[in-house]
Amino acid sequence: MDFDFLSDTMGKLLAGVPMTLELALISTTAGAVLAVLLAVARAAFVPAAWFVRGYVYVLRGTPLLLQIFLIYYGLGQFAWVRDTILWPFLRQPYWCAILALTINTAAYGAEIIRGGLQSVPAGAVEAGRAAGMPRLLLYRRIILPIAIRQALPAYGNEIITMVKATSLASIVTLMELSGIAYSIISETYRALEVFLCAGTIYLVITFVLTRAVAGVETWLNPHLRASRT
Amino acid sequence: MTPTIALSGIHKRFGANEVLKGVSLEAREGEVISIIGASGSGKSTLLRCIPLLETPEAGSIAIGGETVRMRSKGGRAAPADAHQVNRLRASLGFVFQNFNLWAHMTVLQNVIEAPVHVQKRPRAEAIAEAEALLEKVGLAEKRDAYPAQLSGGQQQRTAIARALAMRPRALLFDEPTSALDPELVGEVLRVIRDLAAEGRTMLIVTHEMAFAADVSTRAIFLHDGQIEEQGPPARIFNAPTSDRTRAFIARHLNR
Ligand SMILES: Nc1ncnc2c1ncn2[C@@H]1O[C@H](COP(=O)(O)OP(=O)(O)OP(=O)(O)O)[C@@H](O)[C@H]1O
Ligand SMILES: [Mg+2]
Repeated sequence: MDFDFLSDTMGKLLAGVPMTLELALISTTAGAVLAVLLAVARAAFVPAAWFVRGYVYVLRGTPLLLQIFLIYYGLGQFAWVRDTILWPFLRQPYWCAILALTINTAAYGAEIIRGGLQSVPAGAVEAGRAAGMPRLLLYRRIILPIAIRQALPAYGNEIITMVKATSLASIVTLMELSGIAYSIISETYRALEVFLCAGTIYLVITFVLTRAVAGVETWLNPHLRASRT
Repeated sequence: MTPTIALSGIHKRFGANEVLKGVSLEAREGEVISIIGASGSGKSTLLRCIPLLETPEAGSIAIGGETVRMRSKGGRAAPADAHQVNRLRASLGFVFQNFNLWAHMTVLQNVIEAPVHVQKRPRAEAIAEAEALLEKVGLAEKRDAYPAQLSGGQQQRTAIARALAMRPRALLFDEPTSALDPELVGEVLRVIRDLAAEGRTMLIVTHEMAFAADVSTRAIFLHDGQIEEQGPPARIFNAPTSDRTRAFIARHLNR
């Protein structure tokens, strides 16, 4: 074992961690907001249901890699896209990757939230209606808090999937963790050691994330944690 | 004096099943009306029409003299003004058979939720009032417990406190003790009895005949979507004029 090489590689790879975390954080956060909007639109607004179903079908039915390519190489083909104020963002691989990751996770997230919405007891909703809650308030105070709690374990998996999916951003030249790993390998041809290092870092991130999601779950569910008195 | 609740000619159907066939009913302030009748006679549906949890196809509903405005939407009746419906709902307290507490909130949070977010009352004031109400239903020490930690009787008493927190004009109970273990029925009936003694306006759908006879100022026997007979409980339970009422009462008192 060449410990000097390993520690040197680790150092270089760790420099890519902030980018990996950034991509994951921004896209899962934006994706979660979008997911909630899509799921609620599908549940509460009939004309939107078809759109949401199509959206989910297309984004889950095609590889994320393809979606990143399409956005990075495809959007610039349209003159009108180049004319929008978004073009300064969309011409950068960073924002293309974030956009692709966001709309992709939103599709999976919308399905997870939909499951959560379906699990909300009808009685809880009825009690809210009987108390005179307008629809928006009902969603904000009763339906979504229950649905999101219900969806959290599945959503935790989606977040972890997203952290690993950020590695695809390397194909549009982003130097996140995997991008740096490839570049080291292309210089040194020592794939095994480099991938072992990169894998270890992903494992640590995933471990911390798993604990964090479990912590949030416990924190949000005191009514399940507490034993019957 | 305007009645607290006035229903007139209420019709309600589910598909081909006509559940309410023209029910008219007035509840004056301070009246305690028990609604009895066989399973499927339409008691719950009638009660649920009052806060428009069900929308009747025909008939009118007035709460505190204010008539609910209706319109026809795609050939079906619908409330014309959602704001009005929400305002009127917030002026009534509904207690469900299955409690329907909000599981993600503590007892206290359940009680202050609508006062704070629907009625926009100051939080501190709502908390003080909620604590007094929890004291009254015997749950002061459970204020920070979650519904899952409570017995059925305690959950239903929380639901009653939640309904009272709206400072309602009237309380509507739909079989408040039917989901309870027999040994827990008494504690809930005691709370409702106290509310009757305070002179609150209440409509109670119940299968507890002895309780209904005892607590109400008027009893209504519903049969097949119509009011078959109504009057003072002493007469309805002891000397009904309708054969159907007599048969129903006999069946239920002999259980
Ligand atoms: N949401 C609904 N959809 C379809 N049918 C319904 C609905 N709610 C009630 N019904 C039907 O309406 C009829 C009256 O029901 P309702 O619940 O009002 O009776 P009830 O007198 O309260 O009976 P119980 O004593 O069993 O509670 C029943 O035949 C029932 O099946
Ligand atoms: Mg019923």
